[in-house]
Amino acid sequence: MAQISADNRGLRLATRYVVLGLIAVIFIFPLVFMLMSSLKPDQQLLEDTASLRAFLPVGDVSLDNYFAAFKRAPVGLFILNSVIVTGVTVALSLLACSAAAFAFVFVEWKGRNLMLSLILATLIVPFETIAIPLLLVASKLPWIGVEGVTWGWLNSYRVQIVPFIADGLTIFLFVQYFKDLPGELIEAARVEGASWGQIYRRIVMPLSGPVLATAAILKFLVMYNQYLWPLMVTQEEGYRPVMVGLQYFFQLNRAWGEIMAYLSLITLPVLAFYLYLQKAFIASIASTGVKG
Amino acid sequence: MASKFLVSNRTGWLMAGPSILLIAGFIVLPFLFAILFSFTNQRLVSPNAAEFVGFANYRQLLDVTTLTVEPERDASGAVVIEDGAPKYPSVRSLTRNNPDRPDLNGMREWFSFGHGDSRTYVLARDVVFMKALVNTFIFVLVVAPVQGGLALGLALLINQRLRGINVFRTIYFMPVVVSIVVVSLLWRFIYDGQSGLLNNLLGALSFGAIPKVDWLGNPSTALGAIIAMSIWQAVGFHMVIWLSGLQTISPTLYEAGAIEGASKWQTFRYITWPGLRNTAVLVLIVITMQAFALFAQIDVMTGGGPLDSTQTIVFQAVERGYGKQDISGGSTISVVLFVIVLSISLIQRWLTREKS
Repeated sequence: MAQISADNRGLRLATRYVVLGLIAVIFIFPLVFMLMSSLKPDQQLLEDTASLRAFLPVGDVSLDNYFAAFKRAPVGLFILNSVIVTGVTVALSLLACSAAAFAFVFVEWKGRNLMLSLILATLIVPFETIAIPLLLVASKLPWIGVEGVTWGWLNSYRVQIVPFIADGLTIFLFVQYFKDLPGELIEAARVEGASWGQIYRRIVMPLSGPVLATAAILKFLVMYNQYLWPLMVTQEEGYRPVMVGLQYFFQLNRAWGEIMAYLSLITLPVLAFYLYLQKAFIASIASTGVKG
Repeated sequence: MASKFLVSNRTGWLMAGPSILLIAGFIVLPFLFAILFSFTNQRLVSPNAAEFVGFANYRQLLDVTTLTVEPERDASGAVVIEDGAPKYPSVRSLTRNNPDRPDLNGMREWFSFGHGDSRTYVLARDVVFMKALVNTFIFVLVVAPVQGGLALGLALLINQRLRGINVFRTIYFMPVVVSIVVVSLLWRFIYDGQSGLLNNLLGALSFGAIPKVDWLGNPSTALGAIIAMSIWQAVGFHMVIWLSGLQTISPTLYEAGAIEGASKWQTFRYITWPGLRNTAVLVLIVITMQAFALFAQIDVMTGGGPLDSTQTIVFQAVERGYGKQDISGGSTISVVLFVIVLSISLIQRWLTREKS
């Protein structure tokens, strides 16, 4: 009797793993296919799709596609552009949004409730609904440079960075986190004569590791994967980020091996980053939902 | 904690100011401009100043009407039969320079249906936008329940104590961090009519019985193919939100349920589901908002084709506002989109409100 129930339990457990495993295959096979294809010459790549060889590093495997991709288009420049735009935006966003949230939670000032409600109200405006008028705004913005005032922000880093520094979601995340910090601590520091800047730098920010990670990851995902906005504002190659560069790369060439190499090139660092920090990634998505 | 030590108008505005200015300039202002431009004929580059045109843009976009016509009859009064069906006057002859119906001028046939002898044509001033509207609604109506449901199923599946469960959680979430542009190009190859992975897979599984399909090149399968891929890419995101909701449900409730001898279904029905009410609202609203924003997949995979079968609202907004530099046309579509998204999230909130 005991023997049978133990067997049953083993069988049930095995079934569970089989189900979980089959679902895992559905999620992972396109990515494995992408990586493997990026290593194969076109002819073999196409033939391999007819069998399981499509998912295996077999046959004529090399990094040739990667070198060819770099030769065909300024892929290195696209990557550099993405790194600059994403890196600068994330850093400035953390700074501006945490400072704003600090002011909303700890400092009492006239207009703070109204301003906070207005900022949270922007959460219901999808970016897609403001992209077109924002394009007109950006094309009319003045910029004071060495040669004097020039009109139009198109084809630049700033047009990809400045509009995304402050956003309702990031401020909301910081506000929620700061509310849980002990307010007495801030008050005590004030009584002791600490300046607001000191409290922000020395007390609040050092306690904000988790929310900084959360906000940074969410912003990074949004910025690195952005497509619609850079597509509209970077007609020149010089400022194009990877996702828009990819679309042009695809248009000028249908060598699938090279395309797979390009896809792998811009995806692998993110996947590696994700695997390294997967707990933080998942926690950051979860935290957008917990209190919503 | 209203203490004089915490009051500082200067610090407040100084620290929040940069964010307030940026949000005002790059979210609120464009949003107000969208509304303003939708009532003008603003273009991106134009020698003439923009003029106020009232609701003309909205009329151009949304004007729909019906036209019922009788079949043509011959001299004896019998219905003219052509190719086995009654012959109707052509729609074009009725909408072009028709002295009886000047309001129909410039409208085109969207679709038509017959009843009795007569036939009713549904005419739209902007047939492509109507198709975009319908496609977007189909997308949302399929993606919201299917993706939300699958995500909940996955969340329940990985919310069990099992050795190595984190590995599965990590894998299920993986497509979320991959850019939708990358995913779209990758699936373009998977869906390819000739050497596509999907056709080969289906062929192998059915020993060649299933014929090859050009998934993205066929008007009847293109939207479905994009829907399936979109669900695959984003389901992990919502799985994690469900999971965080599941973890807020107190374990004592489950213990009590176990003592009462509740079945698995009863546990879900009376403990899990009620505990997920707020999460459900959030997941639905987020999926709906994301689904209405459908753009990158279309731009990369089909460009709205074949035969407008994958046109969407945002794709049309971008095509007009950016492609044709018609800022007022694009803005009008943006405002229509915003009104739709807002109404739907209000309806969802109302439907799922706490019933007391």
